[in-house]
Amino acid sequence: MNNRTRLQELALTAPSFVWLCLFFLIPTLIIFTFAFKPYDVYGSILDGWTLETIYNLFNHSFLVVFWRTIWISLVTTVICLSLSLPIGYYLARTTSKLRHIFLILVVMPFWSSFLVRVFAWKSILHPEGVFKKMLVVLHIVNADTLLLYNPGAVLLVLVYSYVPFGILPIYAAASKFNFDLLDAAMDLGASQLQAFFRVFIPGIKAGILTSTVMVLIPTIGAYVIPDVVGGHNSEMIGNKIAQWIFVDRNLPQASALAAFLALLVLVPMIVLGLYSSRVERNSITDARGKQ
Amino acid sequence: MRQSRFPLIVTILTLIFLYLPIIVLFVNSFNGSRFGGIWGEFSLKWYYRLWSDRAIWDAFWNSMIIAISSTAVSTVLGSLAAFALYRYKKSGLQKVNYGLIYTPLILPDILMGISLLLFFVFLNIKLGLFTIFIAHTTFCISYVTMVMLARLQNFDFYMIEASQDLGASPWQTFTKVMLPILAPGIAAGALLAFTLSIDDFVITFFVAGPGATTLPIYVYGMIKFGSPPLINALSTILILTTFVIVWLTHRLMGEETA
Repeated sequence: MNNRTRLQELALTAPSFVWLCLFFLIPTLIIFTFAFKPYDVYGSILDGWTLETIYNLFNHSFLVVFWRTIWISLVTTVICLSLSLPIGYYLARTTSKLRHIFLILVVMPFWSSFLVRVFAWKSILHPEGVFKKMLVVLHIVNADTLLLYNPGAVLLVLVYSYVPFGILPIYAAASKFNFDLLDAAMDLGASQLQAFFRVFIPGIKAGILTSTVMVLIPTIGAYVIPDVVGGHNSEMIGNKIAQWIFVDRNLPQASALAAFLALLVLVPMIVLGLYSSRVERNSITDARGKQ
Repeated sequence: MRQSRFPLIVTILTLIFLYLPIIVLFVNSFNGSRFGGIWGEFSLKWYYRLWSDRAIWDAFWNSMIIAISSTAVSTVLGSLAAFALYRYKKSGLQKVNYGLIYTPLILPDILMGISLLLFFVFLNIKLGLFTIFIAHTTFCISYVTMVMLARLQNFDFYMIEASQDLGASPWQTFTKVMLPILAPGIAAGALLAFTLSIDDFVITFFVAGPGATTLPIYVYGMIKFGSPPLINALSTILILTTFVIVWLTHRLMGEETA
Protein backbone atom coordinates (compact mmCIF):
# COMPACT_ATOMS: atom_id res chain seq x y z
CA MET A 1 0.00 0.00 0.00
CA ASN A 2 1.49 3.37 -0.95
CA ASN A 3 1.67 6.38 1.33
CA ARG A 4 -1.11 8.30 -0.33
CA THR A 5 -3.80 5.61 0.13
CA ARG A 6 -2.50 5.06 3.67
CA LEU A 7 -3.10 8.74 4.39
CA GLN A 8 -6.53 8.65 2.81
CA GLU A 9 -7.42 5.66 4.94
CA LEU A 10 -6.29 7.46 8.10
CA ALA A 11 -8.21 10.59 7.18
CA LEU A 12 -11.42 8.60 6.70
CA THR A 13 -10.94 6.45 9.80
CA ALA A 14 -9.69 9.01 12.30
CA PRO A 15 -12.86 11.08 13.00
CA SER A 16 -15.11 8.26 14.23
CA PHE A 17 -12.17 6.32 15.66
CA VAL A 18 -11.04 9.20 17.87
CA TRP A 19 -14.64 9.96 18.92
CA LEU A 20 -15.35 6.37 19.92
CA CYS A 21 -12.02 5.96 21.74
CA LEU A 22 -12.72 9.11 23.72
CA PHE A 23 -16.43 8.58 24.48
CA PHE A 24 -16.82 4.81 24.35
CA LEU A 25 -13.52 2.99 24.97
CA ILE A 26 -12.12 5.22 27.74
CA PRO A 27 -15.46 5.44 29.64
CA THR A 28 -15.79 1.65 29.46
CA LEU A 29 -12.26 1.27 30.84
CA ILE A 30 -13.16 3.72 33.62
CA ILE A 31 -15.91 1.29 34.75
CA PHE A 32 -13.32 -1.45 35.05
CA THR A 33 -10.97 0.78 37.13
CA PHE A 34 -13.64 2.30 39.38
CA ALA A 35 -14.80 -1.24 40.17
CA PHE A 36 -11.64 -1.74 42.24
CA LYS A 37 -11.73 1.57 44.13
CA PRO A 38 -12.46 1.78 47.87
CA TYR A 39 -15.23 4.15 49.03
CA ASP A 40 -16.50 5.59 52.30
CA VAL A 41 -20.05 5.68 53.71
CA TYR A 42 -20.73 9.06 52.09
CA GLY A 43 -20.00 7.64 48.64
CA SER A 44 -16.66 9.44 48.15
CA ILE A 45 -14.07 7.51 46.21
CA LEU A 46 -10.85 6.93 48.14
CA ASP A 47 -7.27 6.36 46.97
CA GLY A 48 -5.81 2.89 46.61
CA TRP A 49 -7.36 -0.34 45.42
CA THR A 50 -9.73 -2.92 46.89
CA LEU A 51 -11.57 -6.15 46.11
CA GLU A 52 -14.40 -5.36 48.52
CA THR A 53 -16.74 -4.28 45.70
CA ILE A 54 -16.24 -7.66 44.04
CA TYR A 55 -16.87 -9.57 47.30
CA ASN A 56 -20.10 -7.59 47.75
CA LEU A 57 -21.40 -8.98 44.45
CA PHE A 58 -21.45 -12.42 46.03
CA ASN A 59 -23.69 -11.57 48.95
CA HIS A 60 -27.10 -13.12 49.14
CA SER A 61 -29.30 -10.15 48.23
CA PHE A 62 -27.41 -9.59 45.00
CA LEU A 63 -27.27 -13.27 44.00
CA VAL A 64 -31.08 -13.36 44.11
CA VAL A 65 -31.19 -10.47 41.61
CA PHE A 66 -28.57 -12.16 39.44
CA TRP A 67 -30.45 -15.47 39.17
CA ARG A 68 -33.72 -13.65 38.57
CA THR A 69 -32.11 -11.72 35.69
CA ILE A 70 -30.83 -14.96 34.18
CA TRP A 71 -34.12 -16.87 34.38
CA ILE A 72 -36.27 -13.96 33.20
CA SER A 73 -33.93 -13.41 30.21
CA LEU A 74 -33.86 -17.09 29.29
CA VAL A 75 -37.64 -17.54 29.55
CA THR A 76 -38.21 -14.34 27.53
CA THR A 77 -35.84 -15.62 24.83
CA VAL A 78 -37.51 -19.04 24.66
CA ILE A 79 -41.00 -17.50 24.36
CA CYS A 80 -39.86 -14.97 21.73
CA LEU A 81 -38.20 -17.72 19.67
CA SER A 82 -41.20 -20.04 19.86
CA LEU A 83 -43.39 -17.21 18.54
CA SER A 84 -40.82 -16.12 15.94
CA LEU A 85 -40.31 -19.55 14.36
CA PRO A 86 -43.88 -20.09 13.10
CA ILE A 87 -44.15 -16.39 12.19
CA GLY A 88 -40.87 -16.40 10.23
CA TYR A 89 -41.97 -19.59 8.50
CA TYR A 90 -45.35 -18.11 7.62
CA LEU A 91 -43.88 -14.80 6.36
CA ALA A 92 -41.40 -16.61 4.13
CA ARG A 93 -44.08 -18.82 2.56
CA THR A 94 -47.02 -16.47 2.13
CA THR A 95 -47.81 -14.29 -0.92
CA SER A 96 -45.56 -11.27 -1.39
CA LYS A 97 -48.43 -8.84 -0.85
CA LEU A 98 -49.40 -10.29 2.55
CA ARG A 99 -45.73 -10.58 3.50
CA HIS A 100 -45.20 -6.91 2.76
CA ILE A 101 -48.13 -5.85 4.96
CA PHE A 102 -47.22 -8.19 7.83
CA LEU A 103 -43.56 -7.11 7.76
CA ILE A 104 -44.51 -3.43 8.04
CA LEU A 105 -46.84 -4.31 10.92
CA VAL A 106 -44.02 -6.18 12.70
CA VAL A 107 -41.51 -3.35 12.22
CA MET A 108 -43.89 -0.47 13.00
CA PRO A 109 -43.90 -0.78 16.83
CA PHE A 110 -40.10 -0.73 16.70
CA TRP A 111 -40.25 2.82 15.33
CA SER A 112 -42.66 4.05 18.00
CA SER A 113 -41.53 5.22 21.40
CA PHE A 114 -40.30 2.43 23.65
CA LEU A 115 -41.40 4.15 26.87
CA VAL A 116 -44.87 4.69 25.47
CA ARG A 117 -45.30 0.99 24.72
CA VAL A 118 -44.16 0.06 28.23
CA PHE A 119 -46.55 2.62 29.68
CA ALA A 120 -49.40 1.20 27.56
CA TRP A 121 -48.96 -2.12 29.36
CA LYS A 122 -48.81 -0.44 32.73
CA SER A 123 -52.17 1.20 32.06
CA ILE A 124 -53.69 -2.05 30.74
CA LEU A 125 -52.55 -4.14 33.72
CA HIS A 126 -53.35 -1.38 36.19
CA PRO A 127 -56.00 -2.28 38.83
CA GLU A 128 -58.31 0.27 37.15
CA GLY A 129 -57.33 -0.83 33.63
CA VAL A 130 -59.29 -2.58 30.88
CA PHE A 131 -57.57 -5.94 31.00
CA LYS A 132 -57.93 -6.33 34.73
CA LYS A 133 -61.66 -5.47 34.58
CA MET A 134 -62.17 -7.96 31.77
CA LEU A 135 -60.47 -10.77 33.70
CA VAL A 136 -62.54 -9.98 36.79
CA VAL A 137 -65.78 -10.08 34.78
CA LEU A 138 -64.72 -13.41 33.27
CA HIS A 139 -63.92 -14.70 36.80
CA ILE A 140 -60.35 -15.54 35.80
CA VAL A 141 -58.89 -13.43 38.59
CA ASN A 142 -60.59 -11.91 41.61
CA ALA A 143 -60.74 -8.18 42.28
CA ASP A 144 -57.78 -8.23 44.68
CA THR A 145 -55.26 -9.86 42.34
CA LEU A 146 -52.47 -7.48 41.37
CA LEU A 147 -51.40 -7.98 37.74
CA LEU A 148 -48.69 -5.33 37.96
CA TYR A 149 -45.44 -5.16 39.94
CA ASN A 150 -44.47 -8.82 39.72
CA PRO A 151 -42.02 -10.92 37.62
CA GLY A 152 -44.91 -12.14 35.42
CA ALA A 153 -45.68 -8.57 34.29
CA VAL A 154 -41.98 -7.98 33.59
CA LEU A 155 -41.81 -11.16 31.52
CA LEU A 156 -44.94 -10.24 29.54
CA VAL A 157 -43.69 -6.75 28.65
CA LEU A 158 -40.18 -8.03 27.82
CA VAL A 159 -41.68 -10.54 25.37
CA TYR A 160 -43.87 -7.78 23.94
CA SER A 161 -40.91 -5.43 23.44
CA TYR A 162 -38.41 -7.87 21.99
CA VAL A 163 -40.50 -10.26 19.88
CA PRO A 164 -40.01 -8.13 16.71
CA PHE A 165 -36.23 -8.46 17.22
CA GLY A 166 -36.72 -12.24 17.28
CA ILE A 167 -38.95 -12.35 14.21
CA LEU A 168 -36.83 -10.35 11.77
CA PRO A 169 -33.59 -12.45 11.73
CA ILE A 170 -35.58 -15.70 11.59
CA TYR A 171 -37.67 -14.35 8.73
CA ALA A 172 -34.49 -13.21 6.92
CA ALA A 173 -33.01 -16.71 7.22
CA ALA A 174 -36.32 -18.41 6.32
CA SER A 175 -36.72 -16.31 3.16
CA LYS A 176 -33.44 -17.79 1.87
CA PHE A 177 -34.48 -21.35 2.82
CA ASN A 178 -35.32 -23.74 0.00
CA PHE A 179 -38.81 -24.96 0.88
CA ASP A 180 -38.63 -27.78 -1.69
CA LEU A 181 -36.51 -29.54 0.94
CA LEU A 182 -39.60 -29.81 3.18
CA ASP A 183 -41.60 -31.43 0.37
CA ALA A 184 -38.69 -33.77 -0.26
CA ALA A 185 -38.57 -34.74 3.43
CA MET A 186 -42.31 -35.42 3.43
CA ASP A 187 -42.08 -37.42 0.19
CA LEU A 188 -39.52 -39.54 1.99
CA GLY A 189 -42.05 -40.18 4.77
CA ALA A 190 -41.48 -37.43 7.34
CA SER A 191 -44.58 -35.91 8.96
CA GLN A 192 -45.12 -32.14 8.67
CA LEU A 193 -43.86 -31.63 12.21
CA GLN A 194 -40.81 -33.82 11.65
CA ALA A 195 -40.01 -31.90 8.47
CA PHE A 196 -40.33 -28.61 10.38
CA PHE A 197 -38.10 -29.64 13.27
CA ARG A 198 -35.52 -31.77 11.44
CA VAL A 199 -35.17 -29.93 8.13
CA PHE A 200 -36.46 -26.35 8.50
CA ILE A 201 -34.96 -25.54 11.92
CA PRO A 202 -31.45 -26.85 11.14
CA GLY A 203 -31.68 -25.00 7.81
CA ILE A 204 -32.18 -21.60 9.45
CA LYS A 205 -29.75 -22.19 12.35
CA ALA A 206 -27.82 -18.96 11.71
CA GLY A 207 -31.03 -16.89 11.86
CA ILE A 208 -32.08 -18.56 15.11
CA LEU A 209 -28.70 -17.75 16.62
CA THR A 210 -28.99 -14.08 15.60
CA SER A 211 -32.53 -13.92 17.01
CA THR A 212 -31.35 -15.39 20.30
CA VAL A 213 -28.62 -12.76 20.62
CA MET A 214 -30.97 -9.91 19.60
CA VAL A 215 -33.47 -10.87 22.32
CA LEU A 216 -31.22 -12.20 25.07
CA ILE A 217 -28.71 -9.33 25.28
CA PRO A 218 -31.08 -6.38 25.70
CA THR A 219 -33.13 -8.50 28.13
CA ILE A 220 -30.13 -9.19 30.36
CA GLY A 221 -29.48 -5.43 30.48
CA ALA A 222 -33.17 -4.49 30.91
CA TYR A 223 -33.79 -1.52 33.14
CA VAL A 224 -36.92 0.42 32.16
CA ILE A 225 -39.34 -2.53 31.99
CA PRO A 226 -38.67 -3.98 35.47
CA ASP A 227 -38.57 -0.41 36.77
CA VAL A 228 -42.02 0.52 35.41
CA VAL A 229 -44.08 -2.70 35.57
CA GLY A 230 -42.00 -4.64 38.10
CA GLY A 231 -41.84 -4.37 41.85
CA HIS A 232 -39.26 -5.05 44.53
CA ASN A 233 -39.60 -8.79 43.86
CA SER A 234 -38.76 -8.38 40.17
CA GLU A 235 -35.63 -6.20 40.23
CA MET A 236 -33.00 -7.08 37.64
CA ILE A 237 -29.27 -6.27 37.32
CA GLY A 238 -30.01 -2.98 35.54
CA ASN A 239 -32.19 -1.81 38.43
CA LYS A 240 -29.46 -2.63 40.94
CA ILE A 241 -26.93 -0.57 38.95
CA ALA A 242 -29.31 2.40 38.87
CA GLN A 243 -30.11 2.00 42.57
CA TRP A 244 -26.44 1.95 43.55
CA ILE A 245 -25.79 5.07 41.46
CA PHE A 246 -28.82 7.25 42.14
CA VAL A 247 -29.97 6.11 45.60
CA ASP A 248 -26.87 4.85 47.39
CA ARG A 249 -24.46 7.12 45.44
CA ASN A 250 -21.98 4.27 45.51
CA LEU A 251 -20.12 4.61 42.21
CA PRO A 252 -17.47 1.88 42.81
CA GLN A 253 -20.11 -0.70 43.72
CA ALA A 254 -22.22 0.25 40.69
CA SER A 255 -19.10 0.07 38.49
CA ALA A 256 -18.27 -3.41 39.77
CA LEU A 257 -21.75 -4.60 38.82
CA ALA A 258 -21.64 -2.81 35.45
CA ALA A 259 -18.26 -4.44 34.70
CA PHE A 260 -19.77 -7.79 35.63
CA LEU A 261 -22.73 -7.15 33.30
CA ALA A 262 -20.35 -6.19 30.47
CA LEU A 263 -18.44 -9.48 30.89
CA LEU A 264 -21.71 -11.42 31.15
CA VAL A 265 -22.65 -10.12 27.69
CA LEU A 266 -19.25 -9.94 25.99
CA VAL A 267 -17.82 -13.34 26.93
CA PRO A 268 -20.62 -15.40 25.29
CA MET A 269 -20.50 -13.07 22.26
CA ILE A 270 -16.76 -13.62 21.82
CA VAL A 271 -17.14 -17.39 22.25
CA LEU A 272 -19.99 -17.34 19.74
CA GLY A 273 -17.91 -15.26 17.32
CA LEU A 274 -15.01 -17.72 17.52
CA TYR A 275 -17.39 -20.68 17.18
CA SER A 276 -19.20 -19.30 14.14
CA SER A 277 -15.96 -18.35 12.38
CA ARG A 278 -14.73 -21.92 13.03
CA VAL A 279 -17.96 -23.33 11.58
CA GLU A 280 -17.52 -21.04 8.59
CA ARG A 281 -13.92 -22.20 8.09
CA ASN A 282 -15.00 -25.84 8.38
CA SER A 283 -17.76 -25.40 5.85
CA ILE A 284 -15.29 -23.70 3.51
CA THR A 285 -12.85 -26.61 3.85
CA ASP A 286 -15.76 -29.05 3.41
CA ALA A 287 -16.77 -27.26 0.23
CA ARG A 288 -13.17 -27.40 -1.01
CA GLY A 289 -13.00 -31.10 -0.19
CA LYS A 290 -16.04 -31.78 -2.33
CA GLN A 291 -14.66 -30.01 -5.38
CA MET B 1 -50.50 -31.31 0.53
CA ARG B 2 -52.53 -29.14 2.88
CA GLN B 3 -50.60 -26.38 4.64
CA SER B 4 -50.93 -26.27 8.42
CA ARG B 5 -52.87 -23.20 9.62
CA PHE B 6 -50.85 -23.03 12.83
CA PRO B 7 -48.18 -20.52 11.60
CA LEU B 8 -50.88 -18.15 10.30
CA ILE B 9 -52.78 -18.31 13.60
CA VAL B 10 -49.61 -17.57 15.61
CA THR B 11 -48.80 -14.65 13.29
CA ILE B 12 -52.24 -13.09 13.66
CA LEU B 13 -52.38 -13.58 17.43
CA THR B 14 -48.92 -12.04 17.81
CA LEU B 15 -49.92 -9.02 15.73
CA ILE B 16 -52.99 -8.56 17.91
CA PHE B 17 -50.71 -8.83 20.94
CA LEU B 18 -48.40 -6.16 19.42
CA TYR B 19 -51.15 -3.69 18.59
CA LEU B 20 -53.62 -4.22 21.44
CA PRO B 21 -51.84 -1.90 23.93
CA ILE B 22 -51.43 0.81 21.30
CA ILE B 23 -55.14 0.66 20.44
CA VAL B 24 -56.18 0.78 24.10
CA LEU B 25 -53.95 3.81 24.58
CA PHE B 26 -55.38 5.51 21.52
CA VAL B 27 -58.99 4.96 22.59
CA ASN B 28 -58.34 6.03 26.18
CA SER B 29 -56.74 9.29 25.10
CA PHE B 30 -60.25 10.41 24.05
CA ASN B 31 -61.83 9.13 27.24
CA GLY B 32 -63.19 11.90 29.46
CA SER B 33 -62.99 9.68 32.54
CA ARG B 34 -59.74 9.64 34.52
CA PHE B 35 -59.63 5.87 34.81
CA GLY B 36 -59.04 3.77 31.71
CA GLY B 37 -61.43 1.00 32.76
CA ILE B 38 -64.57 3.14 32.61
CA TRP B 39 -65.69 5.04 29.53
CA GLY B 40 -66.69 8.60 30.49
CA GLU B 41 -67.52 10.57 27.38
CA PHE B 42 -65.63 11.47 24.22
CA SER B 43 -63.37 14.35 25.09
CA LEU B 44 -60.36 16.25 23.79
CA LYS B 45 -59.57 17.78 27.17
CA TRP B 46 -56.34 15.80 27.67
CA TYR B 47 -55.05 17.07 24.33
CA TYR B 48 -55.96 20.60 25.30
CA ARG B 49 -54.17 20.30 28.64
CA LEU B 50 -51.15 18.87 26.88
CA TRP B 51 -51.09 21.74 24.43
CA SER B 52 -51.04 24.30 27.24
CA ASP B 53 -48.32 22.53 29.27
CA ARG B 54 -45.18 24.69 29.04
CA ALA B 55 -42.84 22.02 30.47
CA ILE B 56 -43.71 19.55 27.70
CA TRP B 57 -42.88 22.10 25.04
CA ASP B 58 -39.51 22.82 26.68
CA ALA B 59 -38.74 19.09 26.77
CA PHE B 60 -39.83 18.77 23.15
CA TRP B 61 -37.48 21.53 21.98
CA ASN B 62 -34.59 20.07 23.99
CA SER B 63 -35.19 16.73 22.29
CA MET B 64 -35.25 18.37 18.85
CA ILE B 65 -32.01 20.31 19.44
CA ILE B 66 -30.21 17.16 20.58
CA ALA B 67 -31.65 14.93 17.86
CA ILE B 68 -30.76 17.35 15.06
CA SER B 69 -27.22 18.05 16.28
CA SER B 70 -26.33 14.46 17.11
CA THR B 71 -27.86 13.23 13.83
CA ALA B 72 -25.74 15.72 11.86
CA VAL B 73 -22.47 14.81 13.58
CA SER B 74 -23.06 11.04 13.72
CA THR B 75 -24.15 10.88 10.06
CA VAL B 76 -20.90 12.52 8.93
CA LEU B 77 -18.68 10.42 11.23
CA GLY B 78 -20.58 7.20 10.53
CA SER B 79 -20.55 7.67 6.75
CA LEU B 80 -16.79 8.31 6.74
CA ALA B 81 -16.25 5.25 8.92
CA ALA B 82 -18.39 3.04 6.66
CA PHE B 83 -16.47 4.28 3.66
CA ALA B 84 -13.13 3.46 5.31
CA LEU B 85 -14.37 0.02 6.41
CA TYR B 86 -15.56 -0.80 2.91
CA ARG B 87 -12.69 0.69 0.91
CA TYR B 88 -9.81 -0.70 3.01
CA LYS B 89 -11.42 -4.02 4.01
CA LYS B 90 -8.13 -5.89 4.13
CA SER B 91 -6.22 -3.49 6.40
CA GLY B 92 -5.53 -4.39 10.03
CA LEU B 93 -6.55 -0.92 11.21
CA GLN B 94 -10.04 -1.51 9.82
CA LYS B 95 -10.41 -4.76 11.78
CA VAL B 96 -9.81 -2.80 15.00
CA ASN B 97 -12.06 -0.02 13.72
CA TYR B 98 -14.87 -2.51 13.04
CA GLY B 99 -14.57 -3.92 16.57
CA LEU B 100 -14.75 -0.42 18.05
CA ILE B 101 -17.87 0.41 16.02
CA TYR B 102 -19.58 -2.96 16.54
CA THR B 103 -19.10 -3.38 20.32
CA PRO B 104 -21.43 -0.50 21.38
CA LEU B 105 -24.22 -2.25 19.44
CA ILE B 106 -24.06 -5.40 21.55
CA LEU B 107 -23.58 -3.84 24.99
CA PRO B 108 -26.78 -3.04 26.92
CA ASP B 109 -27.70 0.69 26.91
CA ILE B 110 -27.35 0.96 30.64
CA LEU B 111 -23.60 0.26 30.36
CA MET B 112 -23.04 3.17 27.99
CA GLY B 113 -25.13 5.31 30.35
CA ILE B 114 -23.13 4.53 33.47
CA SER B 115 -19.73 4.62 31.72
CA LEU B 116 -20.36 8.07 30.23
CA LEU B 117 -21.72 9.30 33.56
CA LEU B 118 -18.52 8.19 35.33
CA PHE B 119 -16.43 9.72 32.52
CA PHE B 120 -18.16 13.12 32.86
CA VAL B 121 -18.02 13.02 36.65
CA PHE B 122 -14.34 12.08 36.49
CA LEU B 123 -13.54 15.03 34.20
CA ASN B 124 -15.82 17.41 36.14
CA ILE B 125 -17.91 18.16 33.06
CA LYS B 126 -21.27 19.67 34.00
CA LEU B 127 -24.16 17.38 33.06
CA GLY B 128 -26.72 18.88 30.69
CA LEU B 129 -27.69 19.19 27.04
CA PHE B 130 -24.04 19.06 25.96
CA THR B 131 -23.36 15.72 27.67
CA ILE B 132 -26.61 14.32 26.20
CA PHE B 133 -25.45 15.43 22.75
CA ILE B 134 -22.10 13.63 23.23
CA ALA B 135 -23.83 10.44 24.41
CA HIS B 136 -26.38 10.38 21.56
CA THR B 137 -23.74 11.01 18.91
CA THR B 138 -21.65 8.16 20.35
CA PHE B 139 -24.37 5.50 20.08
CA CYS B 140 -25.71 6.81 16.75
CA ILE B 141 -22.31 6.50 15.01
CA SER B 142 -22.43 2.69 15.17
CA TYR B 143 -25.95 2.47 13.74
CA VAL B 144 -25.25 4.95 10.92
CA THR B 145 -22.07 3.06 10.00
CA MET B 146 -23.91 -0.28 9.82
CA VAL B 147 -26.70 1.13 7.62
CA MET B 148 -24.16 2.82 5.30
CA LEU B 149 -22.00 -0.29 5.14
CA ALA B 150 -24.98 -2.36 3.99
CA ARG B 151 -25.73 0.24 1.29
CA LEU B 152 -22.09 0.37 0.16
CA GLN B 153 -22.22 -3.32 -0.78
CA ASN B 154 -23.89 -2.17 -4.01
CA PHE B 155 -21.48 0.72 -4.63
CA ASP B 156 -19.26 0.34 -7.66
CA PHE B 157 -15.82 1.81 -7.01
CA TYR B 158 -15.04 1.88 -10.73
CA MET B 159 -17.41 4.86 -10.82
CA ILE B 160 -14.77 6.86 -8.97
CA GLU B 161 -12.02 5.80 -11.33
CA ALA B 162 -14.25 6.46 -14.33
CA SER B 163 -15.01 10.00 -13.19
CA GLN B 164 -11.31 10.66 -12.52
CA ASP B 165 -10.40 9.30 -15.96
CA LEU B 166 -12.93 11.69 -17.46
CA GLY B 167 -11.13 14.60 -15.82
CA ALA B 168 -13.14 15.28 -12.64
CA SER B 169 -11.30 16.75 -9.65
CA PRO B 170 -11.57 14.79 -6.36
CA TRP B 171 -14.10 17.38 -5.11
CA GLN B 172 -16.18 17.03 -8.29
CA THR B 173 -16.04 13.24 -7.99
CA PHE B 174 -17.27 13.53 -4.43
CA THR B 175 -20.13 15.97 -5.01
CA LYS B 176 -21.22 14.93 -8.50
CA VAL B 177 -20.71 11.15 -8.44
CA MET B 178 -20.49 9.73 -4.93
CA LEU B 179 -22.97 11.90 -3.05
CA PRO B 180 -25.88 11.37 -5.48
CA ILE B 181 -25.33 7.61 -5.50
CA LEU B 182 -24.94 7.35 -1.74
CA ALA B 183 -27.68 9.86 -0.84
CA PRO B 184 -30.43 7.27 -0.10
CA GLY B 185 -28.07 5.38 2.23
CA ILE B 186 -27.04 8.57 4.01
CA ALA B 187 -30.70 9.57 4.37
CA ALA B 188 -31.60 6.14 5.79
CA GLY B 189 -28.73 6.35 8.29
CA ALA B 190 -29.68 9.89 9.33
CA LEU B 191 -33.33 8.91 9.77
CA LEU B 192 -32.36 5.99 12.00
CA ALA B 193 -30.04 8.22 14.06
CA PHE B 194 -32.79 10.82 14.48
CA THR B 195 -35.36 8.24 15.63
CA LEU B 196 -32.91 6.63 18.06
CA SER B 197 -31.95 9.99 19.54
CA ILE B 198 -35.55 11.22 19.92
CA ASP B 199 -36.53 7.94 21.59
CA ASP B 200 -33.55 7.27 23.84
CA PHE B 201 -34.35 7.15 27.52
CA VAL B 202 -31.85 4.96 29.40
CA ILE B 203 -28.59 6.59 28.29
CA THR B 204 -30.08 10.08 28.53
CA PHE B 205 -31.38 9.36 32.04
CA PHE B 206 -27.80 8.73 33.22
CA VAL B 207 -26.07 11.69 31.58
CA ALA B 208 -28.84 14.34 31.73
CA GLY B 209 -28.28 15.89 35.14
CA PRO B 210 -31.04 17.80 36.89
CA GLY B 211 -31.67 20.72 34.48
CA ALA B 212 -31.86 19.13 31.04
CA THR B 213 -35.15 17.36 30.35
CA THR B 214 -35.80 15.64 27.03
CA LEU B 215 -39.19 14.35 25.95
CA PRO B 216 -38.57 10.71 27.01
CA ILE B 217 -37.26 11.90 30.40
CA TYR B 218 -40.41 13.97 30.81
CA VAL B 219 -42.63 11.06 29.77
CA TYR B 220 -40.84 8.83 32.27
CA GLY B 221 -41.53 11.34 35.04
CA MET B 222 -45.21 11.37 34.06
CA ILE B 223 -45.34 7.54 33.99
CA LYS B 224 -43.85 7.33 37.46
CA PHE B 225 -45.67 10.20 39.14
CA GLY B 226 -48.02 11.95 36.78
CA SER B 227 -51.49 11.75 35.34
CA PRO B 228 -52.16 8.73 33.07
CA PRO B 229 -54.69 10.37 30.69
CA LEU B 230 -52.16 13.06 29.77
CA ILE B 231 -49.62 10.38 28.82
CA ASN B 232 -52.26 8.60 26.74
CA ALA B 233 -52.75 11.77 24.73
CA LEU B 234 -49.02 12.46 24.40
CA SER B 235 -48.36 8.83 23.45
CA THR B 236 -51.04 8.89 20.78
CA ILE B 237 -49.47 11.99 19.23
CA LEU B 238 -45.97 10.44 19.35
CA ILE B 239 -47.13 7.15 17.82
CA LEU B 240 -49.17 8.80 15.07
CA THR B 241 -46.21 11.05 14.22
CA THR B 242 -43.82 8.11 13.88
CA PHE B 243 -46.33 6.13 11.84
CA VAL B 244 -46.77 9.05 9.46
CA ILE B 245 -42.99 9.48 9.16
CA VAL B 246 -42.46 5.76 8.50
CA TRP B 247 -45.27 5.75 5.96
CA LEU B 248 -43.87 8.84 4.20
CA THR B 249 -40.32 7.48 3.98
CA HIS B 250 -41.79 4.27 2.72
CA ARG B 251 -43.56 6.10 -0.05
CA LEU B 252 -40.53 8.27 -0.84
CA MET B 253 -37.92 5.52 -0.85
CA GLY B 254 -40.06 2.79 -2.40
CA GLU B 255 -40.04 -0.88 -1.59
CA GLU B 256 -36.39 -1.20 -0.53
CA THR B 257 -36.86 0.30 2.95
CA ALA B 258 -39.14 -2.57 3.96
